[in-house]
Amino acid sequence: MTPLGLYLPGTSPLHRVPAGWKFLALLSLAVLVLVVGSPLWLGVVTGMVVLGYFVAGIAPRHCWGIARLLVPMLGLVFAVQWWLLGLDSAAVVCLRLLAALAAANLFTLTTRVEDLVAAVERGLRPTRRFGVRPERVGLLVGLTLQAVAALSTMASQTREAQRARSADRSVSAFAIPFLVRTLRHADELGEALAARGVGDD
Amino acid sequence: MPGSSNALPAADLARTVVFAAFIAVLGIFPGFYLGGAAVPVVLQNMGPLLAGSILGARRGGASVLLFLALVALGLPLLSGGRGGIAPFFGPSGGFLIGWVFSAVVVGLIVRRATPRPGLLVLLLANLAGVVVDYLVGIPYWAAFTGDLGAAAIQSLVFLPGDAVKLVLVSLVAVAVHRAVPASLTGPTRVARS
Repeated sequence: MTPLGLYLPGTSPLHRVPAGWKFLALLSLAVLVLVVGSPLWLGVVTGMVVLGYFVAGIAPRHCWGIARLLVPMLGLVFAVQWWLLGLDSAAVVCLRLLAALAAANLFTLTTRVEDLVAAVERGLRPTRRFGVRPERVGLLVGLTLQAVAALSTMASQTREAQRARSADRSVSAFAIPFLVRTLRHADELGEALAARGVGDD
Repeated sequence: MPGSSNALPAADLARTVVFAAFIAVLGIFPGFYLGGAAVPVVLQNMGPLLAGSILGARRGGASVLLFLALVALGLPLLSGGRGGIAPFFGPSGGFLIGWVFSAVVVGLIVRRATPRPGLLVLLLANLAGVVVDYLVGIPYWAAFTGDLGAAAIQSLVFLPGDAVKLVLVSLVAVAVHRAVPASLTGPTRVARS
């Protein structure tokens, strides 16, 4: 199911760290960034995250893609923050965001969806005594991705029908039929799942 | 259901899964140009309100949670092809997490209307849903900026769009409830009350 994912294959140390530990490291980094208030140290942390991109061997093309999402947002935040709270606070907030977001993106780029699903299933194991069924996570992910594919087709068909009725600009002429078909699809899926014994165990 | 207090019956599971996919498709699908606007309007944040309005609190909230989990796992399902854990760390991360509460609150209010919710109840419920999203999103943003007031002012940008969307969601939900009367209770269950 990776063709949909954002994962970039690689063999760097960052790729090989188990997903669960990598996630804990990411969380600690986010907490660190929120606690640290000095621009200098935030700069150091940001520098280390950028270094991580080199270690992971992320192609400049992908780095550029991430920068293109981050820079306009950071620019806007910086401008508003400067206006409302002053230059120092604007710099701190933007460095915090840059470090946290760059690290989080690096995590997603170097972690396979399957590995993450497996890590979540392992991490949720202690909750089994409360009635949670961790082994269901993989099934849910797979089922939802199949439903995304089915609904995309349905959405284009509904859009076509809407054009044919020349109701092109109306949101409700699209949303209502699409939702009705979505619910119908859900009923069919429910019957199919019940026939396979899912949900009544 | 031995040993599992919260196992969903197949029909509920299917609705949760399919609605999570519905929210994803709202993001994949190109936006609409409303009233001659130059920038297409993003429809995805209507998803949680619709989930609560149509499926009710439990399944609506679960479907939003499932959708966000798929995003966090690294699937680019947020509008604009964004995904991964990063969107949750950004300034608008709290608004994403707020979606879950939004769907639950909308569902709880809508559920009180029998036999099916009218426009007024839906408008009220979706207004509450939007407010709940802000109540989660603004303090979250303030954790980055260190200033609640500044975060609140910056969130005002979303207010006009959200106002239009909550009316649209309510109108759409009224029509869907009319077309599929059992959607809140599910096809396998008898309506309580």
